[in-house]
Amino acid sequence: MIPFTYERPGSPAEAAAAAAKPGAKLIAGGTNLLDLMKLEIETPVHLVDVNGLALDTIEATGDGGLRIGALVSNTDLAADARVRRDYAVLSRALVSGASGQLRNKATTAGNLLQRTRCPYFYDTAQPCNKRSPGSGCSAIGGMTRQLAIIGASEACIATHPSDMAVALRVLDAEIETLSGEGTTRRIPMAEFHRLPGDTPEIETALNAGNLITAVILPRPVPGRHVYRKVRDRASYAFALVSVAAIIEDGGRGRVALGGVAHKPWRVEAAESELARGARATTARLLEGARPSRDNAFKITLVERTLDAILSDARGAQ
Amino acid sequence: MKFQTPAGHNPIDRMSVVGQPLDRIDGPLKTTGTAPYAYEQHDAAPDAAYGHVVGAGIAKGRIRRLDIKAAERAPGVLAVITADTAGPLEVGPHNTVPLLGGPEIRHYHQAVALVVAESFEAARAAAGRVRIEYEAHAGAYDLEAARTTATAPEANAQMGEPDTQVGDFLGAFADAPVRLDETYTTPDQSHMMMEPHASIARWDDGTLTLWTSTQMVEWCARGIAKTLRMDRSKVHVISPYIGGGFGGKLFLRADALLAALGARATGRPVKVALHRPLIANNSTHRPATIQRVRLGATRDGVITAIGHESWSGDQPGGGPETAVSQTRLLYAGANRLTAMRLAVLDLPEGNSMRAPGEAPGMMALEIAMDEMAEKLRLDPVEFRIRNDTQVDPENPERPFSARPLITCLQTGAAQFGWQRRDARPGRVKDGQWLVGLGMAAAFRNNLPMTSGARVRLDGDGRITVETDMTDIGTGSYTIIAQTAAEMMGVRMDQVEVRLGDSTYPVSAGSGGQFGANNATSGVYAACIGLREEVARRLGFNSQDADFADGQVRSGNRSAPLASAAARGEIVAEDRIEYGDLHKTHQQSTFGSHFVEVAVDGATGEVRVRRMLAVCAAGRILNPKSARSQVIGAMTMGVGAALMEHLKVDTRRGFFVNHDLASYEVPVHADIPHQEVIFLDETDPMSSPMKAKGVGELGICGVAAAVANAIYNATGVRVRDYPITLDTYLDRLPDVA
Repeated sequence: MIPFTYERPGSPAEAAAAAAKPGAKLIAGGTNLLDLMKLEIETPVHLVDVNGLALDTIEATGDGGLRIGALVSNTDLAADARVRRDYAVLSRALVSGASGQLRNKATTAGNLLQRTRCPYFYDTAQPCNKRSPGSGCSAIGGMTRQLAIIGASEACIATHPSDMAVALRVLDAEIETLSGEGTTRRIPMAEFHRLPGDTPEIETALNAGNLITAVILPRPVPGRHVYRKVRDRASYAFALVSVAAIIEDGGRGRVALGGVAHKPWRVEAAESELARGARATTARLLEGARPSRDNAFKITLVERTLDAILSDARGAQ
Repeated sequence: MKFQTPAGHNPIDRMSVVGQPLDRIDGPLKTTGTAPYAYEQHDAAPDAAYGHVVGAGIAKGRIRRLDIKAAERAPGVLAVITADTAGPLEVGPHNTVPLLGGPEIRHYHQAVALVVAESFEAARAAAGRVRIEYEAHAGAYDLEAARTTATAPEANAQMGEPDTQVGDFLGAFADAPVRLDETYTTPDQSHMMMEPHASIARWDDGTLTLWTSTQMVEWCARGIAKTLRMDRSKVHVISPYIGGGFGGKLFLRADALLAALGARATGRPVKVALHRPLIANNSTHRPATIQRVRLGATRDGVITAIGHESWSGDQPGGGPETAVSQTRLLYAGANRLTAMRLAVLDLPEGNSMRAPGEAPGMMALEIAMDEMAEKLRLDPVEFRIRNDTQVDPENPERPFSARPLITCLQTGAAQFGWQRRDARPGRVKDGQWLVGLGMAAAFRNNLPMTSGARVRLDGDGRITVETDMTDIGTGSYTIIAQTAAEMMGVRMDQVEVRLGDSTYPVSAGSGGQFGANNATSGVYAACIGLREEVARRLGFNSQDADFADGQVRSGNRSAPLASAAARGEIVAEDRIEYGDLHKTHQQSTFGSHFVEVAVDGATGEVRVRRMLAVCAAGRILNPKSARSQVIGAMTMGVGAALMEHLKVDTRRGFFVNHDLASYEVPVHADIPHQEVIFLDETDPMSSPMKAKGVGELGICGVAAAVANAIYNATGVRVRDYPITLDTYLDRLPDVA
């Protein structure tokens, strides 16, 4: 960790302005950033601590949705009665992530901005285009079991580790941001996280000095809300694959995947296949997948997991 | 005291304190966070500076240029130690590779520099300023690829001969009406104890004091003395509390050496802990194995040929994983073959971890036994019973000192409800889950080791025990106190136990499940000496004096124990040494493991539902701490079965998943109901305590029992550990 200066801005606008300075970084729960700073994967020279900003409430929106403050903790969001009732996929995704202690600290905005858990990204002796642009990707051809099977590039095969983000994608959430100049923006979840392409170090649609102020959930989506996370141990592990799904009577619905790509993976066109079953849906969802020998199982796993979800939904009708 | 004839009746047989399920006497210190672990010896070594270790960024090659100028100029930096500045260093007696590398690099994350600074943060930040240019050389990192180059390792006391043969294995195997010939693999594994390797070093006039986390105080002291080319008598090692070792802290490691070098360079105490991402590649690990097991049997299930070969790899000069050792002893069979082959690999050095040899060996052998039982259409419990032996099958003139394996198997089967198992795989469903039962035998040797202790009696009747024995979380403090209390006839609260200091008599130390029996036997020997001196001072005949309730009684006479020391403390010191009872009698511990698993029919996720271990390990000195040992070992067995795996990048030559986020061990949610049954057994051949080891017995066989349960649940046989869902997902039966 390198020395850094620290400030606690008094307002979101001040925070956004401070974050726009070179070498500055926003910090909320710090559950990922501090680890990355200790390893010198992140080397901010200035930390802007947003914890004092009053962005920690969940409010109803005028059109029947919810506005989740950027600093609402993962624990509080998962436990909110409205979320549990109307957006159960989100609550279920949240409680499947990390541990109780981490969820107490982790925030809604921070969860979206956590970085990949690719082991080569974490080892500073290894080349990594995400960590050191242009240095190469040591994961390709290496230990890829956890890594992306679709949407990856020659530069990067990392996955996004968040469970929450997969649920937000299936819910069509929007991310509300504030810039240093005071302008607000709403970014659809579909556009918030990027595919790696040639610039895997650029992970989101945020610009320098953009502060996430809230996540907006649209009106609830009816149906059976499921989040199924498959992993190597029962708790406290990242997903091999995860499936967020909202299944309506008759088999229509929505589905998004975690653990397969650089972002939560959803292909709306594939959802028209849901009534035809898991195989057809998966084929469409993962069309163009380029897995390695070690992670090709993820395709089978997605299909089998989705099949179990659809079968459960049929049984519950 | 030389233990040469089987133990007769002795004071331990009273079992008024020994054998009782007492709480750990160090428990309150640990649960309140007040037990000072190595890195926390603030009071003993105030004003310590902080060292941060830099590990090599390549697996094999040379340092072309090592630039420490920026690090030296960084704020707060006191010194930067490298192989260039450290002075001459030798390699310790247990080490394979130099602990401070350069210019030659032997493995990934081999230490190449220590940055010492006023604060931990300053040291870490400056360590990031060390610039190293390497010249990388090609290396061998893939055991499977190196298998054909493997050779027979040299025989030694621990593993015996690399090859053993009895009868005509090949002929008998070829002639056997029922045969099994399968190959199994176990991965590299990391100890991943909670407390990292950590040390504080201080120099005073050429004498080194080392507060460290070590399982074997004397090995550590000799290791540092040899490495620094100094007299052993100038080294003082202190290690009272250890946060787990599992074989990873048996001897000198980089933290202790670098702390000593840092302290010598700065004239300040220096503390060094290996940061977590460094441990997997910097320290030792359990090496991967490839194991071929061949079994031949008659149609009624009598083994006529048993063969077990194992391939593993290590650095040049290293040793093999002794995965065939149990196969030399566990089952009968007139024609036998075992062999170990060792390949040279440039991965970090392999060494002992959690029942080395038997743990990975049983992972293979006990799946093979399950497969063979199925071929024979025999119940796996019955198949094992039919092939029991009461003598060392390679040397039939050597009986086992005690061998209640059949009782372990039968007790376990009865208690677990084994008769309810459907032998046909894939038949039991519970909703989405496929449910199966599996079992395995458990086996681990008892190792006699010389062990010393000193006991003191003061004028208040209090007993103090001093030995360099360690408590690595096992309960050594408590069982040693129990032994002294039993021997001297005092209450537990009248005994103080001092451990882990190299000024105390040399003990067996902690490892290989040999600590408890040997260390308490050393205390027993010292207490015999103390009893004799007490009796002499009181004018009693020591042979018939009875020590109980703080009194010494002989015939009609009695005197308070304390009165013997009224004119001054009485000190007695002795050690237990062993004759050849372990040569005339094979001493081993036995058990059985039973496991119920559920496998998700869709995703293949495995959840262990129930576990039972039945253990026969001689006298159980404290059933509470012994049970904790066994359930911990069973948990490690689940880890070995389902998730633990250091993944080798065979291009770059290192273990990639080198932190606790990516090297997975079981969490609470993975561990179900666990039960442990100890058979009521004493083994008079083992020691005056009539005890044997038990901790590692608890791991040996568990992983195979899980694998066999998964087979019973699904019909899918996996022979490569860990058994992760990707290895069998496409073979799962249809649940719907």
